[in-house]
Amino acid sequence: MLLRDIAHTRTGDKGDRSTISVIAYDRQNFELLERWLTPERLLAHFEGNAKGPVFRYSLPQLGALNFVMHNALGGGVTRSLALDAHGKCLSAKLLSLEIE
Amino acid sequence: MAQKALRIGAGAGYAGDRIPPALALAEKGQLDYLVFECLAERTIALAQLEKIQNPMRGFDPLLSARMKAVLPACMAHGTRIITNMGAANPLQAGKEVLALAKALGLHHLKVAVVLGDDVLATLQAEYLSAPLMDTSQTVADIQALLVSANAYLGAEALLPALQSDAHVIISGRVADPALFLAPLMHHFQWRADDWPLLGKGVMVGHLLECAAQITGGYFADPGYKDVPNLAQLGYPLAEVGASGDVIITKLADDGGCVTVQTCTEQLLYEIEDPTQYLQPDVVADFSQVQLEQVGADRVQAVGASGTTRPDTLKVTLGYRDGFVGEGQMSYAGPGAKDRGQLALDVVKARLADAGYGHFEARYDLIGVNAILGDTQPSYEPAEVRARIAVRVNTQAQALHVANEVEALYTNGPASGGGASKSVREVIAVASMLMPRSAVQTQTVLLGGSEEFA
Repeated sequence: MLLRDIAHTRTGDKGDRSTISVIAYDRQNFELLERWLTPERLLAHFEGNAKGPVFRYSLPQLGALNFVMHNALGGGVTRSLALDAHGKCLSAKLLSLEIE
Repeated sequence: MAQKALRIGAGAGYAGDRIPPALALAEKGQLDYLVFECLAERTIALAQLEKIQNPMRGFDPLLSARMKAVLPACMAHGTRIITNMGAANPLQAGKEVLALAKALGLHHLKVAVVLGDDVLATLQAEYLSAPLMDTSQTVADIQALLVSANAYLGAEALLPALQSDAHVIISGRVADPALFLAPLMHHFQWRADDWPLLGKGVMVGHLLECAAQITGGYFADPGYKDVPNLAQLGYPLAEVGASGDVIITKLADDGGCVTVQTCTEQLLYEIEDPTQYLQPDVVADFSQVQLEQVGADRVQAVGASGTTRPDTLKVTLGYRDGFVGEGQMSYAGPGAKDRGQLALDVVKARLADAGYGHFEARYDLIGVNAILGDTQPSYEPAEVRARIAVRVNTQAQALHVANEVEALYTNGPASGGGASKSVREVIAVASMLMPRSAVQTQTVLLGGSEEFA
């Protein structure tokens, strides 16, 4: 199963940090998300994009996890040489993560 | 008796945002306020460069087009406009709106301009030794390259303008949510130290500030997250009660959708620690927010709170940071990827020969690894686009890079097509913190029988 099957995501940016929210379509899957989506697993998935560290915040009443990935945007939107300087596409990359 | 809800619409979520959805809100939203948030982090620095070239410019390039579209409906319905489209030149922006109103026959229109966010002179005079955030540098290290310095003003700075009888309120840098918090504080007489209430107001602003991002924009994923009539996507409006509870909705005949899903994505958008969303007016806490679908395209949000505001204001500094030269070329058909990779290798070698090897650079194959990195499974794409971007010191060097990519036409692999090239000066941003007392704001009223400061 892919993350895409049970959750939706949105990316934002703050300086050189990428923020990604992961939201369960069904609240019943929130515990699975919380168990599976560790900061370590996220950092491994974004190898080549983010150097880390990665921090995670839980919002159970929304069925959501909020991730902050440091050193993730080539120095930040205003300096980055990347095609997607904001890292807007990173939330879609996360949806390809295999679950269990 | 409960006060009537205040109706606030979002007419723009960024400088280039679409105008027809704002017009629809102005005409049919029965709004008390229509807010246009148009300043990204770097926008003011770019506007400042424009103002240096021409003192009559330096505000949002779509200001006149937006105001021309919505002013008649807003004046007819008693809807006040709040916007940060003043960018680096709020006073001139105010004069433009006044002139436009006269041309439209709206002779009674009054404008309030909020000044004081531009702290470049104060910074240069008194804060050169202040540290920059997220680096080990000080202001002095980038002093010679500085273009702009603007403090994020809070809602308090907008209150005198709201207390006037101005129809349009124009500012430069104001914290985005404060553009929405200010009319709530003004209308419901919220105290400037009622932190839980201000936290709720900040949440309203945060939900609305990106406009379409809560009505189905930046959301659609066919088969997973379908959005009805995305082409005619509408912008949101909020119905806010005196206690700060809010319903987010949209016009019934606009496209898009307002659901718990769209609202959750926007609530968490660019929030880091949800218990500590730092704003000039309050440290907002979204960690206990609950969202509920209470009708078609109607979502109620409750549970935001807040704690004491910070003692300092964040200041964003724009500074010149070299140039970027970029070029792209496409390859297609059998062997597209190999020819694209050969193109990258060839340009890399030529730039190294020219002494450019030490510059920071990106060599991407769009369609293969430009976005996701080199970690994806290998496959044979039908077409690729080679992309080279190099950060250099001068415009001439940037042009040299761009020309080397274009030269792939006659000096590179077979069948390269569709070359593009660009040279741009990099305006980077840095941040620092300034004591509140160092930032003095002022309100200037324009129009009506007199003009006074």
